[in-house]
Parts: sequence; C-alpha cells; structure tokens
Amino acid sequence: MNCQRCQEREATVHYTQVINGQKTEIHLCEQCAEQEGYMNFSNDNLSIHQLLTSMFPFDQNVNQKQSVQTTHRLTCDRCGTTYQEFRNRGKFGCSHCYLAFESYLNPIFRRVHSGNTKHVGKIPKRIGGNLHKQRELEQLQNNLQQLIHDEAFEEAAQVRDEIRQLKEDLNENKGGDA
Amino acid sequence: MSLQNFINDAISPWLNTEGVDNDIVLSSRIRLARNFEQVPFPTSGQEDALTKVLEYMEQEFDQQSYEDFKQFQLVKMNNLKPIEKRVLVEKHLISPELSDKDQTGAALISKNEQASVMVNEEDHLRIQLYYPGFELTKALEKAQELDNWFEDKIHYAFDENRGYLTSCPTNVGTGLRASVMMHLPALSMTNQMNNLIPEINKLGLVVRGIYGEGSEALGQLYQISNQITLGKSEEDIVEDLKSVVQQVIENERRARDWIMEQLGIQLEDRIFRSYGILSNCRIIQSKEAAKCLSDVRLGIDLGLIKNVSKTILNELMVLTQPAFLQQYAKKTLGPNERDVFRANLIRERLQLEN
Ligand SMILES: [Zn+2]
Ligand SMILES: [Zn+2]
Repeated sequence: MNCQRCQEREATVHYTQVINGQKTEIHLCEQCAEQEGYMNFSNDNLSIHQLLTSMFPFDQNVNQKQSVQTTHRLTCDRCGTTYQEFRNRGKFGCSHCYLAFESYLNPIFRRVHSGNTKHVGKIPKRIGGNLHKQRELEQLQNNLQQLIHDEAFEEAAQVRDEIRQLKEDLNENKGGDA
Repeated sequence: MSLQNFINDAISPWLNTEGVDNDIVLSSRIRLARNFEQVPFPTSGQEDALTKVLEYMEQEFDQQSYEDFKQFQLVKMNNLKPIEKRVLVEKHLISPELSDKDQTGAALISKNEQASVMVNEEDHLRIQLYYPGFELTKALEKAQELDNWFEDKIHYAFDENRGYLTSCPTNVGTGLRASVMMHLPALSMTNQMNNLIPEINKLGLVVRGIYGEGSEALGQLYQISNQITLGKSEEDIVEDLKSVVQQVIENERRARDWIMEQLGIQLEDRIFRSYGILSNCRIIQSKEAAKCLSDVRLGIDLGLIKNVSKTILNELMVLTQPAFLQQYAKKTLGPNERDVFRANLIRERLQLEN
C-alpha cells in the first residue's frame, strides 16, 4: 500500500483514529508520519520541557520542502508573535495566533494530545444553539450507524426521526445570529 | 498567636472535612484554563492589556459569592510581601510563576479557599477547585458551574474546532487538568511505584511527587493528573482518570493488607518509632519529618494509632514548609534554625491532639 500523503513511498505506519466513535484508518510512510505528528506522541511521561522540544522536531523537514522564508516570516498580525517565537517558546501570544499558525498546528496537537486535533468538550453558552445542535447531530448519526450495525432497526427508526427533526431545526436557525 | 489559631489560618478550611476514600486520596482538584477573547495572552507580556484584565476581574468579582463559594477576595501580587506570597504557594492556592508577576498577577480566592482563580498567570484565568477525598465528579460539576458564572460576564477565547484557546498547546481544548493527591505508603514500601508509574504514564496520565525533587516523593504523596486536554470531553477525561485512580486505590489497599500480614510487629514498630520521633524530636529535617508523618498517617489508617486526627499528614506537610515555619517563628530562619522550629511545631501540634 502506498502512503496516503505523498503517494510515493510504501506506507509502513498504520494508525486508527477514533473521533466521536467514527473510525478513520491512516496509512503513511515513516517520513510523512513524522511530519504529520503521528509518531512519538505516546512517549512515556514527557515533561513539559521534553514536550516542547519534541513538538517541533519535524520543522527541519518542513523547511527542506517549503521555502524557509514562509515559516520564518509567518507572524500573527494581532499580537506580533512570529512562528519562530512560538516555536522557540512553545506558547501562543494571543487567540488569533491559532489562526495565523493554523497550517502548522495539527501535527503539534497530535503529538501532544495522543493524535487528537478537534475539541469535543464543553461549548460556551454564548456560542449559541447551533453548535450544540451540530454536536448532538453528530452524536445521533454515530448512534444510528451503531444501531444499524447491531440490527436494532426499531430504535434506529426513532433515532432517524430525531435526526430529521434536528436537521430541520438547524435549517430554520441558519442565517440567524449564532 | 496560639498554635491552634495559627493552624486555623494556615490550613484551608475545606481540608478538614471528610471525603470519599480519604484514607488514600487526600484531595481532588479540577483546574480550567480560560482566556479573554480580545486580549493578548499573559505570555505576550503586554502589561497594559493585562492590567485591564486585572481591573476587570476586581471590578466584577471582588467580594462576590457564587453558591458555596462565598466572598471571593481579589489579592494582587503587588500588595503582598514575599513571605505572604510563599504562604499562598505552599497552600497550593497560587503557583510560583504567578507569585513572580508583581505588576499584573492576582488571585481571586473564596473565603473557604476551596475555589481560587489565578489571574494573568500563563492564561488570563486559571480556575481551581479543591475537594477533600476522591470527589472528581463533584469537583468537575462544580467547576463547570463556576466557569459558567464567569462566562456570563466574560467573552472567552473559544474556537469551534480547537475549543478553549490557551497560551500553551498542552492545555488547548477543554483547558482541563484534573488531579488527585494520593498517599501511597504501602505501594512505596513494597517498591511497586517504579513499576506502576510507567504503566500509568502509558495511559496518558502523569504521576509526580507533590513534595520533593525529581522522582523522590516526600511523604509518599503523589499527584496523578490527565495530560490530554484536546479531543476528549471533560466527562471522559475525568472518568478515565477516575478508573485509573480506582485501580491504584485497590492496589494500595492490597499492599496495605499484605504488609500488615507479612511485616506484623515490624510494621508496627516502624510506625510507632516514627510517632516517637515526631513527638520527641528537637531537630528534624523536612525529609525525615515527611517520612515519619507518612508512617504515622498509615498507622492511623490501619487503626494502630488512635486519637490522632487523619489530617495530620497534609496539615503538617504544609505547615513544615519553610514559609510557614518562618511565619510561625515571625522571623527569617536559617536552615538549622528551621529544623529546630519544625521540630517544635510538630511536637506542639501532636500535643494538641491529647
Ligand atoms: Zn509519505
Ligand atoms: Zn497572536
């Protein structure tokens, strides 16, 4: 099997990710796995210092491929933190940095959070109903798949109705203030 | 000041209440990292903006109450003497990092010291909640309520994909650090900690000694906490931690039964010798004090030592730290003097029991 990312080398790293009950299989070559942060994140008892130094070991590889300038000049336009500073300190300067450095974050988060990149926990009330409903929808869709898999069709029909209702609610709210 | 009054001041009131499984889990803590949406993080060093956060917190939350957490008081680092700051650090109410932030750092502390919020530490807000014993679920529930109370007024930095945004990538998502403080003397005595710690680490949890440097855990007190904050719900993080802690509790109980059976009179001898040292010493270093306190606490939990209160371990571990000793002595103490004062304080404290 070829690596999903570069489509060149043989895939030697196989990884199953479970997000919200949804299984995704990932097949990468060693180089790509390293760069995408799929390797080494389960290291034993990393101290924060070790974590920081191990967060960025792939940067050199990135630099070889992409132009060195783009990473170095990448700057958060709200607080002025450069990607280089973020890299050295391991700390963001403001909430906007998350957007400014977005394209580099998934590998870092995977490394630190056992392969996870997406928040599934609490949502502030002010974010409003839609995101909460969206989450609920994802949950129900997972339940539905499980129920169908278990051949529990009566319950599945109920869940399907709930999903339909929730989708209608979401459509009504669309365009409204979230 | 009498010793009793000094202790009353020094020990957070919540510490003296009973909790579930508190022969092994001394306390449970939940910490939430939160930031204001429009303000650069404390890591940016933009002091003007951070001062505004401080002023806002003072204006909105100083002297306010939320349910059981009465009368929050905002204490600015700027207004504290170095010794007062160290006392707050030794009570685990603030971090050493916060105590260095003279211009912008503050702590909002409830009257019973169960809830505290560090302002402008690494994040704008670090909300902390302590419960005695093994009470992580309750602690999480209450911490969420407290978080909602702040959120009614504060626009938090939040992203649909990344969750609560924090200075450090290690806290992003839930911003949740859940931890327990455990007393594990029997697992330590039977040399099982060295095997257990890597096993727990493999499950994405962190184990460290609470007092002492490096791998050494003074007083056999360990903290176990989650490492992952992203991609798991708050409830799952706490449930996963709880199931591991539950297993550690069972292992410790089994090890206690085993040492009781195998060591018998030898164990009793060790425990009562330690009790004898604490009751009679005139000079004692913190390391020896911690070992003896751990033994005595084990003796209490095993029913060997009666009429000494369980809280003696956590209480004296805190009280015999340098800043408290100096506050009790009302002067700066050199290391040798400290050992003398420590011995005095421990003897007097044990006398209070009779
Ligand atoms: Zn590849
Ligand atoms: Zn920024």
